[in-house]
Formats: sequence, C-alpha cells, structure tokens
Amino acid sequence: MSDKPAREQRRPRPVPTPETREFWDGARAGELRLQRCRACRRAYFPPRPFCPRCASREVETFRASGRATLYSYVIHHRPAPGFTPPYAIAVVALEEGPRMMTSLVDVAQTPEALVLDMPLEVAFLPPDGEIALPVFRPASGARS
Amino acid sequence: MRRRSSAIVGAAETTELGEIPGLSQLGLHADAALNALADCGLRPSDVDGVACAGESPTSVAHLLGITPTWVDGTAVGGCSFMLHVRHAAAALEAGLCKTVLITHGQSGRSRVGAGGFGFSPASLQGQFESPYGVMGPPTLFTIPALRYMKDFGLTHEQLANVAVVQREWAGRNPRAMYRDPITVDDVLASRVIAWPFHLLECCLVTDGGGALVMVSAERARDFPQRPVYVLGTGESVETPMISQMEDFTTSRAFRVSGAMAFAEAGISPRDVGHLMIYDAFAHLPIYGLEDLGFVPRGEAGRFIWDRHTAPGGRLPLNTNGGGLSYTHTGMYGMFALQESVRQLRGTAPAQVPDLEISVAHGVGGMFAAAATVILTNER
Repeated sequence: MSDKPAREQRRPRPVPTPETREFWDGARAGELRLQRCRACRRAYFPPRPFCPRCASREVETFRASGRATLYSYVIHHRPAPGFTPPYAIAVVALEEGPRMMTSLVDVAQTPEALVLDMPLEVAFLPPDGEIALPVFRPASGARS
Repeated sequence: MRRRSSAIVGAAETTELGEIPGLSQLGLHADAALNALADCGLRPSDVDGVACAGESPTSVAHLLGITPTWVDGTAVGGCSFMLHVRHAAAALEAGLCKTVLITHGQSGRSRVGAGGFGFSPASLQGQFESPYGVMGPPTLFTIPALRYMKDFGLTHEQLANVAVVQREWAGRNPRAMYRDPITVDDVLASRVIAWPFHLLECCLVTDGGGALVMVSAERARDFPQRPVYVLGTGESVETPMISQMEDFTTSRAFRVSGAMAFAEAGISPRDVGHLMIYDAFAHLPIYGLEDLGFVPRGEAGRFIWDRHTAPGGRLPLNTNGGGLSYTHTGMYGMFALQESVRQLRGTAPAQVPDLEISVAHGVGGMFAAAATVILTNER
C-alpha cells in the first residue's frame, strides 16, 4: 500500500486481455465498442469471443451509439485513489441493451442532479497509458 | 435430497466475538471448531469430513489433526457455509463420510493472518468496475438499491427502519456488539457512506467465527444436544460483477436458491416460524423477503415498517441482531446458521416460542451467490 494521499494516486488502471483488447483499442480511438452475436443479433458486454445467450462463436464488434440512461448509482463519501469525494459510481443502461459501470462527468455529484433514467452520452477520459476510460455525461440535447 | 436425512448436532461460535487480536484467521477457525466439537462431545479424530471457506480445508484439517475422506472448499463468499451444509447433507446421504465439520473464522477487524482484498487489474471486475472508484462492498452491494427505491417507492425512512428493527432484536442479545436502541432519525443522521446508505445501514466489521458438526439423521439422537434436521436446501450464483446483475430490483440467485429449498422441504413460506436473511446492508432483508416469497414484490419495506419482523411480529427476522448489530466478520452466513440452530434448540437469547421451522438465507459476494437452508427440530 502507498502512503501517498488519495488525490496524488491515480484510478486503478485496467490491464486488457486478448478478449478485451478491441474494447480498449476502441476507447483509445474515442469509440465505445460492443459485441453482438451474428446468429441471435443480441448485443452484449463485457467482451468475450462467444455469445453469452446462444454460445455461438460467430460474433462481431461494432461501434455503439454511446447513448445511455442512468440505471442506478451511489454517491461515495469516502476517499478512493484518484477520486475526490463525494463522487458517483453509476451503472448505465446502453441504448443497445447491455449495462456497464461508469463515472458521471460534467454534472454535480448530488442526488438532485443525478436523476434515474436521465439521458447520457459517452465521453472518454484523457488516456492513462494505453487506457482511455469511458465515462458518461448528460446527453447534449438534455443539458441546460 | 431426502428430507431430514442429516442433522446438525454440534454448533458454536468462537469463544469471543468482536475484537480478537490474539488469534489469526486460521486460529479463529480452530477455536470455533473446538467449541462445536465440545458442544456435541466429539474430538477432531472423530471427524472425517471437513468444509470451510476463507481458509483451505487442507489447512483446517491439518491444524486440527483430522484425516478426512471428504472435503469441500467451496468459497463463493459469505453464504459459503450454507452451501457447505447442503453439500454435507448430500455427502452424508451418499455415505462419503460420517461426521462433517464446517468452520468459519475471519479476522475482519484486526486483520491478523487475513487474506487480501481486491481484484487483478486484468480480471473483468478489474477492467470494468475497479477504475470507477469502487472501494469494496459499501460501494458495490449498495448500487442496486436506488433502482429498487424508484421502481417500488421504497422510502429512505423504510430503508433506515430495517436497521432500527434489527437493533431491537440486538437489544435482547447480550453477545450483540451494538445493543442501544436507535431511531429512523438516528440512522438518517449517521454519516453518509455511499448515498443512499448511511453508516447505520452498513454492517459491522468484526473478528470471530463459528462451526457446525453434521451427521446422518440415524445417528443424530446419540448426541447431547437436540438435533436440528436439514429439511431443504438450495444454492445458485449469478454474476461476479454487480453491474451485470440481470435486474437491480431482484436477485436471480436468491429466487433460484429459495425456490429449490422450499420445493425440497415440501413447505411454503407460510410454514416458517423464524427467518434469517444475511444483512450486510439494510436493503438485503428487503430483497430476501420478496425473492424467497415471504412478501409480494415491492412490499417488504412496508412489511418491516408494519413490525411483522420485529419482536412480537408474526415473522421474527434476524433475531440475533444481524450483521447490522450483532456481528459481521466479512462472511456472515455462519452466524445466520448459528442463530437458526439456537432458535430450533430453544436456546436463543431472544427465543421465538413454539418454533419448528427456521430458514437461513445467505448471500455471497455482491448478489453474486446465494444459498438457502431450511431447518427443523421435528424428526
């Protein structure tokens, strides 16, 4: 464990595996990439080289719309490396169906500002090494 | 599995609970094991089946001097001990062993000889959850609750009230860590941990352990304590990632495990006189009451508010005070089982009168796993 204050530490950085490489390559290129099954057409996440519904290995990667809605969240009030509390830890429902955990940016981290089912759009944090982390912000049409 | 084919004949917790800096995690397993064996008049050399989580059954067997013919190291989180009961019942019925010892020990507070936390940064959790500021169960287990609150109208007061009612039970239990009465206002005024959860809606972090001894029903009457028979069991898993749970308002693992246990027992929730639902956080009894079929979807917050699970209510729930007030070492499931056994023996501090059937339902990880054990004192 480091004794550096939390603000000087960075977020935990993902280490891609062969199965997730395309996702992280996409994120660095500013694309949110999902996978879908060529047999049953269902989109899914997290990445794997087969369909979690029908087990077909005939799957493809595609660029998702980046549109989502806020499914649920907590606002954490304790310190964490790379974060200044309080900050939201959210789960969003992507337009294509799958859900993913994320951070919410360009919005106050308060219950008043974070309303369930609000429309969101993907953004990417500045790269940390090879990782550009996808996060979500209020959809441009919905921002006041 | 055949109903009542096996029984719990020995049950005990560690000599102390709370803060135990003088014992390692493995030492807590041993302390609980020796207490449970003493409870049924056996020695380690009488045991031929060992199950545990958190430590390897190899470590526990060797430390105690046991030569097993059956081991189970199933470790799917805090409900692992409920799965061990289920697996032990099957093993005893199949004749794989005759006397099973199930142990739990965890130095959750003092961290003496305890394992580490966290995921590899190349795991799916490490890639797709850890980067977003998650810091253990208070930031993960809690995430579904807001969705439930919006979909079913559960209020912050009703969520807080879960902790209030369990504190009432804890007040009747001399071994409970927190016993002073609290109000809904006290809960809502306590420090915010991960909104909408406040400190008093989160479980304790303690040191302790517990152990069980199981034998076939044919041998169960040869021991000094009143036997507690296994009537029905269930288990399941869903996902290691809370973000990938199918539906944030209900646990698939709870539903699968509960339905299996009730079908095997041949009873319905109406037949149950006492219930333990693993409460790492205040929303878990709400999910458990609904997913096990005790209360219709969306009504559990009101059910608890109306005092049906409180002292004097028709469905006594978490009568030791639960993980919120009694103790919570990290893998609490063993303590839920211990309270079910005490209640069915008639030796619980907050004893439910005329009890015949108790249900102990556990969760593992963050809604990742579940197991349900239905017990009875009627042969």
